[in-house]
Amino acid sequence: MLRDQDRIFTNLYGIHDWRLAGARARGDWDGTKAILERGRDALIEEVKNSGLRGRGGAGFSTGMKWSFMPKQPGPRPHYLVINADEGEPGTCKDREIMRFDPHKLVEGALIASFAIGAHASYIYIRGEFVREAQNLQAAIDEAYAAGLIGKNACGSGWDFDLYVHRGGGAYICGEESALIESLEGKKGQPRLKPPFPAGVGLYGCPTTVNNVESIAVVPSIMRRGAAWFAGLGRPKNSGTKIFCISGHVNKPCNVEEEMGIPLKELIERHAGGVRGGWDNLLAIIPGGCSVPLLPKSVCDTVLMDFDSLRDARSGLGTAAVIVMDKSTDVVRAISRLSRFYMHESCGQCTPCREGTGWMSRMMERMVTGDASIEEIDLLEEVTRQVEGHTICALGDAAAWPIQGLIRTFRPELERRIHARQASKTSAA
Amino acid sequence: MSAQEPATFAFTPDYLALAKQFVAKYPAGRQQSAVMPLLDLAQRQEGWVSQAAIEAIAAMLDMAPIRVQEVATFYTMYNLKPVGTHHVQVCTNICCQLRGSDDIVAAAKRALGIEFGETTPDGKFTLSEVECLGACVNAPMMQIGDDFYEDLTSESTGAVLEALKRGEAPKPGPQCDRQFSAPEGGPTTLTGLTFGPEKA
Repeated sequence: MLRDQDRIFTNLYGIHDWRLAGARARGDWDGTKAILERGRDALIEEVKNSGLRGRGGAGFSTGMKWSFMPKQPGPRPHYLVINADEGEPGTCKDREIMRFDPHKLVEGALIASFAIGAHASYIYIRGEFVREAQNLQAAIDEAYAAGLIGKNACGSGWDFDLYVHRGGGAYICGEESALIESLEGKKGQPRLKPPFPAGVGLYGCPTTVNNVESIAVVPSIMRRGAAWFAGLGRPKNSGTKIFCISGHVNKPCNVEEEMGIPLKELIERHAGGVRGGWDNLLAIIPGGCSVPLLPKSVCDTVLMDFDSLRDARSGLGTAAVIVMDKSTDVVRAISRLSRFYMHESCGQCTPCREGTGWMSRMMERMVTGDASIEEIDLLEEVTRQVEGHTICALGDAAAWPIQGLIRTFRPELERRIHARQASKTSAA
Repeated sequence: MSAQEPATFAFTPDYLALAKQFVAKYPAGRQQSAVMPLLDLAQRQEGWVSQAAIEAIAAMLDMAPIRVQEVATFYTMYNLKPVGTHHVQVCTNICCQLRGSDDIVAAAKRALGIEFGETTPDGKFTLSEVECLGACVNAPMMQIGDDFYEDLTSESTGAVLEALKRGEAPKPGPQCDRQFSAPEGGPTTLTGLTFGPEKA
């Protein structure tokens, strides 16, 4: 288990003072000026060496992403945009960072912006997080008042402005190019890539988009060193991670743990175990609703990191662990996700706009068994027609949970259809 | 369009001052970025976003009204018709469903005497079904106004709504004995910490 002194989010549960004085007592804003004095290249190298992979779901190297920004600033300003549009069902980690450890994010925003040559950064926070946005704004105001950000931030000679932008309730704005569109005051519809944001992002300027957790761990990496972070977890899957454990466990919770912790240990040690005991487990969605579910047999041994879960044909995603015990109507659970994707499709690409509706309606019939056996394959075929045929990954995200369901629970789908047909026959 | 559409809209001086602060957050010529904050302000002032408000915001930001209309209709948080004083939004997404949101929905409907999408005759409550609000380890939950009510049961759902009916302000957050998102009964981590400078 991760040692307490290796934990970054020491106020995860809001027990301590989240304001500047409390944050400083926990080690935030310590030697920030000296960190900036190391220079842009050294900071990017440090993050690369730490092995930090994006905490928003895709798991791309954060340092690599930073290095895509132009080395020499041109006439267009650079921007850092922080993705706080946390909306992946099961995920509730960035919320805790913003309301209880906001100074980690503010300090991280300064360091990251300096490293990519940005004098301004926007934090795009989902609109429903009103209280979280208030805490975050209060932390930003404190940082300005203390000279930590603003003109000559921390006495470094670097000018830095940080703004909070509240969203309006659209899951798709968690996709980075949709988020940029939204920040520009438009409908949140994803852009075609390329060009990537590092070339053409916010207002057509070079932009890096990073998740809240990715940015908030940066100050600790700078203070403790890349080797410390890289020494936690497993090779290529390093560091700590906030896991959100929800569903059928005795004690749902958020917890910061080491990457690569066994899924079973994570649940038993921190979430009080599966309701009714481990043997009562049916399946787990290990990384937020967009990744395929894992049957119990895989959950028994799988490790919680990017590569282990990819090898298990699922994904770490946002590390939101959704636990389902044997009482779960798993078809209904996945059907609910299909309805979610139908609601959240932005309507831009036909396969997704039409496909999410199709999949949701077919899934509703699969719940009651009001379907034919052949339609299971038809549904699978529809998911393949959506997957990979859209501008952004929402289409894939809508397809994968259904594919996971069919792969793992086809006998249950067939049982419902046979039962329904039998009840019709006997009624006639 | 709602039947109650007013003919005109204007920000009050206080809201206008806030609106100007929002516009100032974005680079010169990029005032369109302030469309979402201004729609939110209009909704906070009036309780909802009318056509007149959309047109007024378009004029303020030098946008075509249809562009503001697009934004107002794309995002679910902007209410394009009046809602009750208390907008009760119950999450029914997967984590809440697994933790019993069916019961929470039933309790809310029972307490308010209305269905999803309806407003009570006295105009105090509107009940909505909502997608995941990002408090999944504190499921089941609902949002009322700006606040989250978490770790709900049928009983506590009813109690929160009855308190609001009486004009009280029920305490947001977990409705059971719990430290925010820590496991019930106390944290399993962060118990042996002494604070100080960060070291490798």
